[in-house]
Amino acid sequence: MSGVFHAAILFLVAAGLQVVFGVQKIFNLACGSFYALGAYAGVSAVAAFTAAGGSPALFILPLVVAGLAVGLVGAVVERGLLRFVYERDETFQLLLTFAVVLMMEDAIRLTWGTAPRSTAGLYLAYGQARLLGATVPVYNLIVIAASLVIAGAIGWLLTRTAFGRIMRASADNREMAEALGVDMRRVYVRVFTLGTALGTLGGALVIPATAAMSEMGIELIVEAFAVVVIGGLGSMRGALVGALIVGVLRAVAIAVYPELDMLLIYLIVIAVLLLRPRGLFGGAVA
Amino acid sequence: MKGRALLAVLFAVVLALPWVAPPYHVLLMLPFMAYAVVLLGLNLLFGYAGLVSFGHALFIGVGAYTGAFLTTHTSVRSLEAMVLAAALVGGIVAALVGALCVRYVKIYFGMLTLAFGMVFYTFLLKFYRVTGGDEGMRVLRPSLLGVNLDAMAKTDYLVGPYYYYSLALLVLATLAMWRIVHSPFGLCLRTVRDNPVKAESLGLGVAQYRWRAFVISGIYAAVGGALLGPPTGNVDPTLAYWTQSGNIVFMTLLGGFASFFGPVLGAFVFIYLQDTVMSVVPYWRLVFGAILAFIVIWAPGGLMGLFARGRPAPTSRILSRTSS
Repeated sequence: MSGVFHAAILFLVAAGLQVVFGVQKIFNLACGSFYALGAYAGVSAVAAFTAAGGSPALFILPLVVAGLAVGLVGAVVERGLLRFVYERDETFQLLLTFAVVLMMEDAIRLTWGTAPRSTAGLYLAYGQARLLGATVPVYNLIVIAASLVIAGAIGWLLTRTAFGRIMRASADNREMAEALGVDMRRVYVRVFTLGTALGTLGGALVIPATAAMSEMGIELIVEAFAVVVIGGLGSMRGALVGALIVGVLRAVAIAVYPELDMLLIYLIVIAVLLLRPRGLFGGAVA
Repeated sequence: MKGRALLAVLFAVVLALPWVAPPYHVLLMLPFMAYAVVLLGLNLLFGYAGLVSFGHALFIGVGAYTGAFLTTHTSVRSLEAMVLAAALVGGIVAALVGALCVRYVKIYFGMLTLAFGMVFYTFLLKFYRVTGGDEGMRVLRPSLLGVNLDAMAKTDYLVGPYYYYSLALLVLATLAMWRIVHSPFGLCLRTVRDNPVKAESLGLGVAQYRWRAFVISGIYAAVGGALLGPPTGNVDPTLAYWTQSGNIVFMTLLGGFASFFGPVLGAFVFIYLQDTVMSVVPYWRLVFGAILAFIVIWAPGGLMGLFARGRPAPTSRILSRTSS
């Protein structure tokens, strides 16, 4: 069950990665850093909320607000850096996101220091539930539910709204979409901000269960990377299934044979890349 | 030739350095020379074959751990043996990994190499009985050319014999790489990079050429990795982490991947600048991230590109996205 909780968080970050890759064709290494940023912002927001006398039962509210608010960093990164390299080779786009990774890591250290931060004792504020013979913190269930709701919302956004249609059109054929009057600059800012906000929200939601550390971003990105490769680059369904596979397999591996843990995941990634480079759900757009 | 004179002067300076510079700066030259060897190999892939590996730290790790393993688990204590073993193991691993990776280009190639790099990193971290886990493995001081130098003080050993040994290896590696890129093989490699379809129709085995370049660059990275161990006396898994792969691509870009000596310059600037920045503030990543962003956006030719403004870059194709 902790595997499913982890999968729910992974899905959010991976979904952010997918949205950006699907539309902008950029593999955003920085999405892990956004996740870390969201985590720290979440800790600070909850601390401020508690200090202001907020009820512990409502701590999830400042968490979500903070997670979404720092997602706006995405707009800054897109306008300030990424927009200059859309015409370049993918390598340069990848390296630019790596530059963001480096900067964000130190920016976080500069702002929050190097010591791990956590929200003391709020993890079990909602109590525990018994489920299938195991004890599960209710908070985990809330996050899993939230993640599913967000998955549904993204699906709805992509298939039922005008903006979703524009996103899919841009992903399919950028020139044609532009020729039909779509302002690509606005689409890119929004898409990248959406992708960033998914990552920061994931970071904010994970924080009651763990501690925020400055290395958490560069560690998570390789996991999110595994998720999107297994699921298929650019595919939302792929992100969901990939996150479940990675989250659950890790939990199983840790219980059965800890040495295997991430090794197993990377071996699956390699197998998928070699046998089915488009991933399990490749081809499905955005 | 101006370039040759400049090289000769630089070489003389590097030769004289241990006599004139404080040991601290001489010691910084050691990782520089090791990384220079790595980058010469990486750039065969990046600059000449047009493939960007995001998992090259794998081979640095393989080389470093091969050397460390020899000194701690066997009685072999000679740097020649360590370097040869690293080259051999690096070559074998690169042959296997490369055979799978070169079927893909661009982002898929990068992702596949990244995945292989992380497999090795996790292996180093988790199988601690063999690898020492996150504490890594000790590297005992190797003999040089059969001469046991255990009696020397550590700094004397490093700024003296070890320095010149590394330098000699770097010079050898440079000469060999110069031959490789100026051979028919190097020319074919560039053809494969610029127009794989045409290369194929001219009878060049595209995958074959990429694979050979991959193996050579893996060997170079492993040799460089083997040189990294003895100065610190320890190797640890961070050598093989994906950010390390990112950093060496960064070094290549910083110096200029379009030129033969660009990556060497990049390694030099990276290591000394990192040291300088860290002596002022601990936040070198912030500064370096900004530098990398600047280079990517405004100076994709790197430092060499800035020096040689106006000359058409031999790798201009990679700078603009092709419409494929």
